[in-house]
Order: sequence, then structure tokens, then C-alpha cells
Amino acid sequence: MSALEEKAKAVSDGGGFALLFFIVGLVASLIVGWVIFPKLLYSQKRQPFDFNHKLHNELVDEGCESCHFFREDGSYAGVPKLAQCIDCHESVQGETEDEAVFVNEYVVPGREVPWRVYSRQPDCVFFSHAAHVKSAGMDCQTCHGDIGNSTTLKVYEENRITGYSRDIWGKNIAGFKTNTWDRMKMDDCSECHVKLGVEQNSVQTGKGACFVCHK
Amino acid sequence: MSLGIGAAAGTALSPLPWKLTDDLSIWTQMWPWTPVPQDGEVNYVNSVSTLCSGGCGISVRKVDNRAVKIEGMKGYPGSDGKACVHCLSGLQALYGPTAIASPLKRAGERGEGKWRKISWDAAVSEIAAKLGDLREKGRPETLACITGSDRGTVPELFKRFLKAYGSPNFMRAPSFEDTYEVVLRLMQGVDASIGFDLENADYLLSFGSGILDGWGSSVRLFKARTAWKDNKAVVVQVEPRLSNSAAGADRWIPIEVGTEGILALGIAHVIIKENLYKKDFVDKYGFGFEDWVGTDGKKHDGFKTVVLKHYTPNAVAGITRVDPDVVIETARAFAKAKSPLAICGRGRGDTPGPLHEFMAVHALNALVGGIHRKGGVWAVPLPDYVNWPEPKLDGTAEKGLAALRIDGAGTDRYPLARYLPTRLAEVVNTAQDTPVEVLLVSGANPCYTLPDTQAVKAAFSRIPFIVSFASNMDDTAMMADLILPNHGHLERYEDVPAPAGMNTPMIGLCRPVVAPRRDTRHTGDVLLMLAKSLGGAVADAFPWESYQACLEQTLGKNWQPLLDSGFIRNTAYRPPAWPDAFRTPSGKFAFMSEACAHDDKGGPAVVIEGKPEEYPLTLIPYDSIRLAAGPAVTAPFALKTVDDTVLKGTDIFVEVNTKTGGKCGLEEGVFAHLSTPKGTVKVRVHLSDGIIPGVVAMPRGLGHAEFDEYVGGKGINVNELIGPAEDPVTGLNAAWGIRANLTIA
Repeated sequence: MSALEEKAKAVSDGGGFALLFFIVGLVASLIVGWVIFPKLLYSQKRQPFDFNHKLHNELVDEGCESCHFFREDGSYAGVPKLAQCIDCHESVQGETEDEAVFVNEYVVPGREVPWRVYSRQPDCVFFSHAAHVKSAGMDCQTCHGDIGNSTTLKVYEENRITGYSRDIWGKNIAGFKTNTWDRMKMDDCSECHVKLGVEQNSVQTGKGACFVCHK
Repeated sequence: MSLGIGAAAGTALSPLPWKLTDDLSIWTQMWPWTPVPQDGEVNYVNSVSTLCSGGCGISVRKVDNRAVKIEGMKGYPGSDGKACVHCLSGLQALYGPTAIASPLKRAGERGEGKWRKISWDAAVSEIAAKLGDLREKGRPETLACITGSDRGTVPELFKRFLKAYGSPNFMRAPSFEDTYEVVLRLMQGVDASIGFDLENADYLLSFGSGILDGWGSSVRLFKARTAWKDNKAVVVQVEPRLSNSAAGADRWIPIEVGTEGILALGIAHVIIKENLYKKDFVDKYGFGFEDWVGTDGKKHDGFKTVVLKHYTPNAVAGITRVDPDVVIETARAFAKAKSPLAICGRGRGDTPGPLHEFMAVHALNALVGGIHRKGGVWAVPLPDYVNWPEPKLDGTAEKGLAALRIDGAGTDRYPLARYLPTRLAEVVNTAQDTPVEVLLVSGANPCYTLPDTQAVKAAFSRIPFIVSFASNMDDTAMMADLILPNHGHLERYEDVPAPAGMNTPMIGLCRPVVAPRRDTRHTGDVLLMLAKSLGGAVADAFPWESYQACLEQTLGKNWQPLLDSGFIRNTAYRPPAWPDAFRTPSGKFAFMSEACAHDDKGGPAVVIEGKPEEYPLTLIPYDSIRLAAGPAVTAPFALKTVDDTVLKGTDIFVEVNTKTGGKCGLEEGVFAHLSTPKGTVKVRVHLSDGIIPGVVAMPRGLGHAEFDEYVGGKGINVNELIGPAEDPVTGLNAAWGIRANLTIA
């Protein structure tokens, strides 16, 4: 074998190693990025106790708005306060452990339940439920999914960096969505606003673009 | 290397960098340590703010149970939907560092600000033991009390406590109402408070009253100004300095300091000489206008004689520096107006002022028939809803009450004055043994607001035991031995009677907007506890279970309407017509009174302190709407609105005429030594053409004790440099300034 051939073989062997290392690096980082990173990024937190939306939904007359209502001034009340629950839950109802926790730890001492809100947007976002539900006639499911028929509360995944829920970015770490309620990022808002030709200026300030939601 | 390239490629193909970038951007936009207000249900609670003397009606915006914003209460008498800067900043009193968290006992020297927390029981027992001891020694009269007002249930409880205990020494913080009360007694024979139908006046002649600088009910005045503009009313401001009030008036008449009363008599001269006065009032309902005979049989010159003899426009011009033509012109315009109104009480009206000046201005209103008339001056009945049965006194109380008042009010020397707290310092400092053993202070800040602060503090240091009921730390609480913090003004019930100058009887309701945030107690409840601890007749005088019960029972059928609307007002009130209005010995309006009768000039002059040869200038205080100078301390928000020609950093500016400054070799912004007989301080100079030459003007409301880092220790308290000047007739403080000198530092 000539010296030239030997050199060519060495290069060829070296190229093989390089490719191998490249693939190792590629695969390892893909595993880190797609599998390990999401596990590290989110901490798993449980709600104070479980809640059955379906059960409650069957007992009320006005669907979601029975508990998640609009106040007289048009603002949205969000998660119900203890005072609303107390009407029925002054004493323990049923036999579940969660009910006992609710009554004993919150109702009796008069403490508000520190619910973790899956859909809480960052504080820099202005969002009006009234504009979407009352004016635009949207239903709750479009953004929140069919939570009204859920029988249990899922684990709350808290982003360790921002402190907000995983539901804002969406379960899919790549940001892909199948349903409208899979994500609640800015792009999802604007996608709908553009599609439906919503007024692009802020009602309050008359300014466009960012100022519609970021006052 | 290829591992790295592979890793980089893999990372780029994973969501990691994009997601991290997104999260980091959210994180940096919302730092987790930045507090985020909690969301909740918005609701409003209507109340009355006690932070300003005008008592603004407020509507407090709450999110769930947190008070987050103060706005004006729509429909509230006077302020109607608006509120002054001090009341709007009231949340800082609620949440700020000066709010007192629990009863405090002094742990260091007086004024040092070192405190030890104690329990309510221990605090009340300590005072009760001291007060019980004094009564046992037969010296109940050595208990004294200073409050911000003498109207409403809380001041009445203090009065009652002192009475049942056996002390005549209840004092009210001074204000221009002191002098107006004497004026109404002497000239109209009534015990009443002064009311002005400002909104209906079409010619307002203000003798130094800061109509846009906080005088009376400040927001009412701002609203009245709109009415004047709409009605094309004329506003004339007489004062030595181009204040906001002067700048906002149709005409500013610059005048020599302290001569406003002389100008009023000069105007009266022209009105009488030109027969412009209302004869239907003066002839039929006036006494002392013509020469008159006193009860002693002596003949006295009448108002007409005195004014025509001594107050010609030229004579007046010589004293006041107001051009004679301006005097004549103003007199004619005033007399010919349909509803002219003259008012006085300098600046914000925090000092009583000379009796003769007030009488001259009141006489001016009488000359144009402006007493009890639309757009004029009304004597408004004092609040009469506190109708408790007289307490039964025991022997100790009767003996104590027989003693003369420490401040001399109501004695032969000062028969006209009801309260003379400005005399307290001198009396205490000159007495061999202190005449005050225990002093209670509520709703007042005498160590800041009384003239000659050093003397007041010296007097306080001689008083063995001082109790403050302040909710927020102030200059007087700093000098106390014990602080029993009242609930804050947004945490308590209290009735708020009509503010100064209001011409319709009314009561406002200060009510809890939020539950008390600290270990405080209502002062009314503390007084009930104290009375109970003392036992015997003192306890019997306070049959109520709580202050709340006392307030509800006292207001009776008015309680529910007060709760419902936040105030009650007698809009139908009209002052009595002239035939029934006057309760003087003559049954008429007294232009001249025997109490200060004289046959010489307009009256014995008030002399301010200092020799002109030693102090060539005159220092006057000036008020601004932006600086509180009453019992409440300016809020940090309000202090931020003050110009940097008033306060820069901790440096206070004094205002001097450009020419005067030039003569003294002073330039804009330089440091100078300002000296008065009371002391010397370092100030900065602001040159202005809007002040008469020879005068140095210093803002009131700065220079508090260093009880916080926002307001305390900034600037100088003008009261440190100005001593009281006693009115020769009433004994009330009539000082409008003091002689001073200004030299470059």
C-alpha cells in the first residue's frame, strides 16, 4: 500500500469516527432537548385537593358560569371564592377524602383555597373574558377545553423559570397543537384574531399591535 | 469537535433553545420578586377623610379586602366627587411606615424615637394609675388635653372625661375659627361657627385667605372658583405675596404685611363716605355705627366716626402701601356688587389672627348688608347632636374644675377666648412647678403646629407624662411617653362635623374601609377603658359599652341615614332674618363692641416680635395646597408635587423679592442664614418679583421630626422661627410674621 493510500485510509477511518461522534452528540442532545429538558423544566405540583368538575356541572343550571361568573361590573370572577362554595359545603358532603380536606382545612378555618390556575397568563398580558365571551360569543371550551366534563384535576406543571403553568406553552414541548385549547401563547391569540378579522387596535387606547393585550 | 457539532445540531433540532429563550424573556419581563397586585372583586366604600381640615368625602376603591385607591365621593357636601392631594394620598397613612403598630412606651430620651412595645392592658393601667394618683393627691386640674377639634363625639368624650375627672384644661388646636367665634359673639351675640355662602358671591374680597391654598374646605373652594368663573364673579386677593390664590384671582392687591385690617377699614371709609353702604341694614339693625353710649354711661365714637376720621385712602395707603385709587376703586366695586363677600384668616387659616382685622372685615360685610344673605356671611349653629346628660361630679372633680384654666382662657385677663393653647408653652416654662402633670394629645400635633416650636418642646419636656393617641407617628408622638395608637382614618368610625366655613349644618361619617391592620384601638374605646379603670364618678359618666354604641346612641335616628349616604345635611337651613339674627345686648349687629371699645384708632395694634433695626426684614409663613400643615403630616406622594423652588433634597427655599435679594447680595439658589429673634437657620434663596420688597416668605408644612425617610427631616418648620404675638383683646395668637434678617451663608 502506498503512502498515499495509507493516508487516504486513515482519513477514511477518521471520518467514520467523526461521523460516529457527530451522531452520538446529535442523538444525545436530541434526547436531552426532547425528553430530559421538559422533565427538568417543569416541576410537578398537586392541587390542594381534587375537584370533580363533571359532578358539579351536573348539579348547576347555568353551566360554567354558575361558578365562573361575571361580576356586576363586567369583570370576570375567575376561580370561585370560598364564600361561594360554603353555601353547600358548610359541612362535609359525601365520603371522599378530598371533601374532608376541603371542609376541615379550608371551610372550617375560613381559609381561601390556594388553587393553582392552569390558564393564568403572565402579568404583562391584559385579557378580558367579557370581550371574548360576552361580546364575541366564544364558548369556554375553545380556550380551556372540555374541562367541565373532567372528573379529576390534572397535575399542575409549573415552569421552574417563569413560574407559570405548562398549559400556556402547551403539553407538546415543540409547541405543536391539535386543538385550539392545547396552547395559550401570544401566537395562538393572534392567530384567531387575524383569522376572524378582529379589531387590531386597543379599544381603550386606540393603539394597535402590542397594545391590544400589553397595556 | 464532531461531538460538539453533533450536540449543537441536535440541540438546534430540539425545542430546548427556543423554549429557553421564550421562558427567559418571560422571566425577565416579570421578575419574580416584583410584587404583583392580587386580582379580586372591585368594590367601593364611601367615607370621610380626616387627613385635611376640610374633611374630603372619599370613595375608596378596594380589590376584595384591600384598599387600593382613594377617589372623591360624589355628592359629598363641599368636595362633591373630588378630594385634596392629602386625602387622595391617604393610603400612604394606611400602609406607610409611620403607621403605629401597637401601644408604645418610650425607651429612650424624648424625641429620640426609641420605643418598647407594650400591651394595651399594661398601657391603660399605667395611665389609670397615674391619673388615679393625681386625683388622690387632689390635683385633677393638672391633667390637660389638646385635641384637633372640639366638635364631634371623640372630642366631646375627651371634654367629658376631663370634666368628670376634674380638669378645666381641655384645649383645641388653634385656627382662624377661634377669632371668628369671638367676632360672632361680640358683633352678633351668638355662639356659632362662621359660614360663607361662597358659591353665590359675585365679588369675593379675600384678605389674605388662601382660597386656592387650602383655606377652609380646600376642595369646596376649588369648586367654588369654577362657579365664580361661570357666574363672572370677581375675585380680589389681598396679600403680600403672589400666592396661587393671588395668581388665580382676577386682581391681586399686594399689601404691606399685617395691614389687611387697615385696608378693610380704608374700604369701609370710602363706602361710608360715598354713601354706598346698605342703609336698610345699618340704620335698622346696626349698633355702634353712629356714636354710642356704653353701659358705663361713657360716650364712644361710632364705627363711622372712627373710620371717617382715621382711615382715609391716603392714610391707609401710607400704612398698607396700597395706592389710594386702588382702595377707592375696590370699595366702589365691592359695594356695588350684588352679592359681595369679604373673608379673612391668612393662608390655610391655621392661625387665629388679630381680632380687629377680623372685626373690620366682618363690618365690611355688614356695611353691604352681607350678613345672613345669599352670597354672604352666615352664623351657623354649632352642632347640637351630642346631647349627653351632664356627668355627676364628685368632690374632687368639683374642686378641680373650680381652678382657673392653665392657658388663661375665660379668665378675667382673657374673657373672650375659649382655648389658648399657644399660651401653654410660656405658662409651663415660666412656672416654678409644672402646672401640667399629664397631657393627652389627640388629633393634634402641637409640637409642630404651635408657634415657637423650641419653647413648646421645652414645655413638653417639663410635663412629666404625655400620652399621644396618634395613628401615625408625628412630631408630638415623638415627644410622648406613651403612644396609644388610634385606628387609622380608613379603619374607624367617627362623626365628622361641618368643616370651617361650611354654611349648612352637616355631619359626615368616617367609617372603616378596611379592618384595623395593626394592634390599634379606637381612641373612644380607650377613653371608656380609662374611665372604667378609674372607677367611681368618672366611670359612671361613661355608661356606654363601646365607642360604637356611644356613636350610634348619640346620633339616634340620624345613624341610619348617615350609614346609608355617608353624610347628613340640612340643605333647607337658612340663617335667621335680620330682625331675629342678633343676640347682642342691643339686639342689633354691633359694629363696635364694649369688649374692645376705644376712642382712638381702629384698635390696639398687634406687634410682631423683633426690632426693625436689628432685623430689617419680615418673615412670613405661606401655605400651599400641596403641603399639609395641620395635625396630619404631608404624605410622601404629596411632597413629590412640591416645586424645587420650595424644597430641593432637604434644603428649604425662602422667597424674597428680587430687589431685596439684590440689596442683601443674594442670588437665586444661594445658601443664606435666616435669623429671627427665635433662632437662625440655613436656607436657600428663591428670588421672585411676586412678593413685596422687605419680606421673606417661608413655606409652612416642612421640617418634621425624622420619624420616616420620606417626609421627616426635610426642610425647616417655620414655627421654629416665629413666636406667638398675643392679640391684646382675645389673647389668641395674632402673629402674621416676625422680624428677620437674611445674610449670605
